[in-house]
Amino acid sequence: MADEATRKIVSQIPLLKTNSGPRDKELWVQRLREEYLSLIKYVENNKAADNDWFRLESNKEGTRWFGKCWYIHELLKYEFDMEFDIPVTYPATAPEVAIPELDGKTAKMYRGGKICLTDHFKPLWARNVPKFGLAHLMALGLGPWLAVEIPDLIAKGIIQHKEQQGS
Amino acid sequence: MATVEELKLRIRELENELIKCKQQRSQENLQNPVLRAKIDKMSAEVVDSNPYSRLMALKRMGIVEDYEKIRSFAVAVVGVGGVGSVTAEMLTRCGIGKLLLFDYDKVELANMNRLFFQPHQAGLSKVEAAEHTLRNINPDVIFETHNYNITTMDNFTHFMDRISNGGLQEGKCVDLVLSCVDNFEARMAINTACNELGQTWMESGVSENAVSGHIQLIIPGQTACFACAPPLVVAANIDEKTLKKDGVCAASLPTTMGVVAGILVQNVLKYLLGFGTVSFYLGYNAMQDFFPTMAMKANPQCDDRHCRRQQEEYIKKEAERPKQEVAEEEEEVVHEENDWGIELVSEITAAELQDASGPKPDLPEGITVAYTIPNKDGEINSGETLEETDQSLEELMAHMKKL
Ligand SMILES: [Zn+2]
Repeated sequence: MADEATRKIVSQIPLLKTNSGPRDKELWVQRLREEYLSLIKYVENNKAADNDWFRLESNKEGTRWFGKCWYIHELLKYEFDMEFDIPVTYPATAPEVAIPELDGKTAKMYRGGKICLTDHFKPLWARNVPKFGLAHLMALGLGPWLAVEIPDLIAKGIIQHKEQQGS
Repeated sequence: MATVEELKLRIRELENELIKCKQQRSQENLQNPVLRAKIDKMSAEVVDSNPYSRLMALKRMGIVEDYEKIRSFAVAVVGVGGVGSVTAEMLTRCGIGKLLLFDYDKVELANMNRLFFQPHQAGLSKVEAAEHTLRNINPDVIFETHNYNITTMDNFTHFMDRISNGGLQEGKCVDLVLSCVDNFEARMAINTACNELGQTWMESGVSENAVSGHIQLIIPGQTACFACAPPLVVAANIDEKTLKKDGVCAASLPTTMGVVAGILVQNVLKYLLGFGTVSFYLGYNAMQDFFPTMAMKANPQCDDRHCRRQQEEYIKKEAERPKQEVAEEEEEVVHEENDWGIELVSEITAAELQDASGPKPDLPEGITVAYTIPNKDGEINSGETLEETDQSLEELMAHMKKL
């Protein structure tokens, strides 16, 4: 999962400091600010490296997140909606990212379209509480998942490129 | 192949059919002797119409001192899947006083390799379908069902409230919480709630390869909570290299789930009714038919501050208690301190794995930890910590949107 390229990308995502979850009122706002700062930096890094691949935003409490992620395959762009809730035990446990429109299309998903992360992800996350945030979840969780699953789903003809979507 | 729309319609049809059946049933209930009436007092009389005679025999034989006490207990079952549904059925047949069921999922045809649910229930919420079946089995049990995900903010608050107030008598706490969930987030949520409330609970789990499982009794402040150490798992003695996980998330077997539900409810009965030895941790290795056991004390350095608070209270209570000679067979597990150094594991090479692994606690044969937390500073790959800005959250949200 964490090949040399991923390691480099992850090392450029700023680490978070505040160990607080959505049940901690004031401190959660501080954590949220750090989440946004870290995500903004990561997206900017991606853009600079010509590897922009997702957008995320949240409700104002920062408990529900939604956005888009996309994958370029043979010059065509495949875009998907994603969503997740921040569990009450965050950041001790990572959120479960879901791509509802792919639910039932791949075995590498739990019900509700939640992506199935590799065996490496959980220990990795646990070792880095509270330094890892949502940007790390994207880089180490969703990113590698898309890179493996999307080409496979395209090859199997399970997902087709939406012509109107433009690439 | 049927489209999603067609299937949705079919589900609605079946739901309607079910409602009709329910209404018919409740009318017939009055005359129909197949569905028995409620029983006020458990009787030990051995007649074929007494559903409790074989359970009450436990009392006559001297195994259980007071079996009827079972009716005074309320048990919450969180997760009504392969393990939770069977657990709930066993407790229902045993005549438990009250069951509170929590699950956000619906019954699916993909669940049919497991016990309990039936194909005609596909599309119904698991808690609703379970309540329906269980009520028919034993109308003496009081049911309370909640169809939601306990890990989100609002639901979690409600969940905590029901644990504290959902006892047999409203306003009293439940007697035991059983975790029959299949994911780490939900286990941690239950752990958080129980540490805060000082609620005793039992954890259960089946591995994703379906050939091992475990149960664990957690008494906040006394025994290790779920956050005290990395999750304990039963070593299945399968070479990780030969275990192919490409293409699937998880396997499941009705046998393993049934065994785990069985040892879980056995432990519940022993704990509630006070017979035999209650297990703190009991593993099941299906490949070798091996059942390792152990006990683990709470970790004074646990990350959960409520766990640490409960430990202080427990120590105080123990100190105040008049000394009694009790031979405790607890095997103490050493918790090494760690400073959560940043660590990044790459695609497994044995050397790297060695590098990234922290101290392994001294565990009995057959039990291991899901992962370790290294205590060294050997940072393979650390990013920079964030620099503070004075931008408000709103400004940052707006910035993110404009990207
Ligand atoms: Zn603890």
